[in-house]
Amino acid sequence: MTGWRRYLPPLLAFPAVIALWEVLVRAFGVESFVLARPSAIVSSFVANWRVIRSAGAATLIEAVGGLAVGVVLGVAAALAASRWAGVRRGLVPIATAASAMPIVAVAPIMNQWFTITSPVSKMMVVAVIVFFPVMINTVRGLSEVDPGQLELMQSLASPPRRILTGVRIPSAMPYFFSALKVASALALIGAIVAEYFGGPQDVLGQYIINRANLFAFPDAWAAILVASFIGIGLYLVVSAIERLVMPWHVSMRTGGPP
Amino acid sequence: MATTPRPSTQRLWPRRGSLGGVAAVVGTLVILVVLWEGYKVLGKAAGGLVPFTEMRLRPPPDDRSMPHVWDIVSAMFEPARRRGEPLFTVLGSAALFTLREAFAGFVVGGLGGFGLGVWFVRSRLAERALLPYVVASQTVPILAIAPMVVIWGGRAGLPQWTAVAIIAAYLTFYPVTINTLRGLRSPAATATELMRSYAATDRQRLWKLQVPAALPYIFTALKISAAASVVGAIVGELPTGASDGLGRALLSYSQQFTAAPERLYATVVFCGLAGITFVAAVSLLERRLVNPGARQRIEAEAPGLMVAGAQA
Amino acid sequence: MTTATTAAVGAVGLGKVFEGTGRQRIEALQDIDLAIAPGEFVSLIGPSGCGKSTLLRLIGDLITPSSGSLVVNGKTPHQARLDRDYGMVFQQATLLEWRSVRRNVELPLELIELSKAERAARAEAMLDLVDLAEFADHQPWQLSGGMQQRVAIARALAFDPALLLMDEPFGALDEMTRERMQQEVLRIWSRTGKTVVFVTHSIPEAVFLSSRVMVMSARPGRISQVIEVGLGARRDDDTREDQRFYEAITEVREALRHRQGAVGGEPVREATS
Repeated sequence: MTGWRRYLPPLLAFPAVIALWEVLVRAFGVESFVLARPSAIVSSFVANWRVIRSAGAATLIEAVGGLAVGVVLGVAAALAASRWAGVRRGLVPIATAASAMPIVAVAPIMNQWFTITSPVSKMMVVAVIVFFPVMINTVRGLSEVDPGQLELMQSLASPPRRILTGVRIPSAMPYFFSALKVASALALIGAIVAEYFGGPQDVLGQYIINRANLFAFPDAWAAILVASFIGIGLYLVVSAIERLVMPWHVSMRTGGPP
Repeated sequence: MATTPRPSTQRLWPRRGSLGGVAAVVGTLVILVVLWEGYKVLGKAAGGLVPFTEMRLRPPPDDRSMPHVWDIVSAMFEPARRRGEPLFTVLGSAALFTLREAFAGFVVGGLGGFGLGVWFVRSRLAERALLPYVVASQTVPILAIAPMVVIWGGRAGLPQWTAVAIIAAYLTFYPVTINTLRGLRSPAATATELMRSYAATDRQRLWKLQVPAALPYIFTALKISAAASVVGAIVGELPTGASDGLGRALLSYSQQFTAAPERLYATVVFCGLAGITFVAAVSLLERRLVNPGARQRIEAEAPGLMVAGAQA
Repeated sequence: MTTATTAAVGAVGLGKVFEGTGRQRIEALQDIDLAIAPGEFVSLIGPSGCGKSTLLRLIGDLITPSSGSLVVNGKTPHQARLDRDYGMVFQQATLLEWRSVRRNVELPLELIELSKAERAARAEAMLDLVDLAEFADHQPWQLSGGMQQRVAIARALAFDPALLLMDEPFGALDEMTRERMQQEVLRIWSRTGKTVVFVTHSIPEAVFLSSRVMVMSARPGRISQVIEVGLGARRDDDTREDQRFYEAITEVREALRHRQGAVGGEPVREATS
């Protein structure tokens, strides 16, 4: 059974579920703060489109900026770790600990360091969040190489640089991209959460919490919908880049590294 | 099943609990402290500016933006309020409050996820009907909207801790469901035939073969979820009206930052400790229940699974 | 002469068809007649896709036949499975990695809720039989491939079943270990008097072990010839140099070649393996 056929029934069921939701909420007179009607969410979306769009754009910039910084630093650290054992020994405990820690807690510190009003403070929170998964997965990809390929390169007396570019980096690519997909989702969530610690009001996080505080939940849901779309969009962009960079791998990958 | 393929090249993670591991952690901490203080010294020497430019250094190297490490440590032993309890007991009780919320949701979500996984593996129909919705549930970025969920819960009459626990449960159930399902399906076809040749009942097959085989998968999910539920709890404590917990402490001490920056730093340290404590507790349980050969096999099979969680 | 009803395993007109998706329909076995006497050691040999593993799984009631009749220990295969009349050994040892060697052997006994003391005694005896008593508390991954397979044999014997079904049990072992394991199996067979049905790819293995070798052909899977080995019950390393050993090997090889030539030797993927 192909993936498409498997997901067709639920996709078809989706409009039905939405319609049922609308009907039930109306029929039982459920108040909007308990369960917003889909139609109310859509009309809020239309009515507040300008505000939501600019908030979405501001948050997107924070997420993408932070993602870029975190990915560049993460890959640089991974390359250093694969080159020098000392760096690896230092980074591994940090990364292990970081995977258990709520990194968003550094948001108020970043607000002080990079000024609360600047999007850079949110970007830095995103960068720290993104850094670790990218770094860990890239280190794994660089080190877990097919030993046969390594032996082949060594038997050809290849210089270390050639082994890095010819074997290690290509074999790290799928690991890197799977981390990048995770990171793109984390970046958006991280940016929104960082916004809750204060700063400009014209961002998705502040919009959501302000409307929620007024119990205007349809407005909040409309903004959440935008956040979801941005998240899906980022994921698709990363997937498209992956397809461009390694066409040889995508076609045959079904259950590769997640 | 008995064959244990090992990661092909050098060992990435030092053996846990070994002397080398401890030394690496201590050494790393020392290096971080030296980097921190060193940056301050050099930054101050450069007048707080990026060398050869007029740009201000970020982070600023002054004692307000970056307190000395020893000042942060000693602040923990000073009263948080005038003539009150020392900061570390205040933060300790906030951490316990947050961990209790996270743990309640973690248990509910973990049991729910396990139950769903078992149900799905026993009923194709249930899996085909419900699994797509379980997957779709993750398109709602629950962490990002945690404060809204708490406000929503408050309006609907739920106490704050319940709403926060719901967030933790929501974060936990998905990875546990997926990994339980994967784990229950992981035994080799011959192992299933073996159980059939013994005329084992479905229940015996589940508890003697499938569940033990699934344990390493389930614990992988639980470790991710434990970390995520602490994040969820902290973010859920952010909206005004929340009474206690690390999220509250982060907000109130960031308002006192100008007067006492060390307190915010101490709070961040406690947030980290709370997360590590929770994950370490789950890891200890894992070590008691999962045999090392199996754990290694799973990690070798699914590289990257460890980091693919909802870490934020 | 053993008939189909008094036999440890008896089949008349047995057939198995795998219904695939669409028009795919694989006739794995057709018209199998066989009678294996109690205490006999019989090998099934044939090219890939001849259905020898399928036949073994039918005997074990792991799959059900499409046609014909099959009797195991005087019962339906289903009843025989429920009565735990047979033990099974696969190509992979399939030890549960979270259990020690001892607890792996105890697994089938736990399922019939034997008391702890009885389980321990029984596991001890079985491990003794395969010469692994001192490894009882090891973990499976600490054992070599051959040792793991011996644990699997001990586990299969734990119920003390009358019948032992072995599906290429030594296929994954190196040649030297393999010969030692063959000796081991013969020793266990002569000490316990079990009936053994043994699936293999190896002609010397089939000849060395069996009283009779059933040669199978593919598409559809049938038993094309039955060869009496006639090497006597006592076999050791010298047997491998016996004149009769070579003759029997030649007979089996010719039987295989003959059938392949007649059918067209293109290998087919075996339906179940």
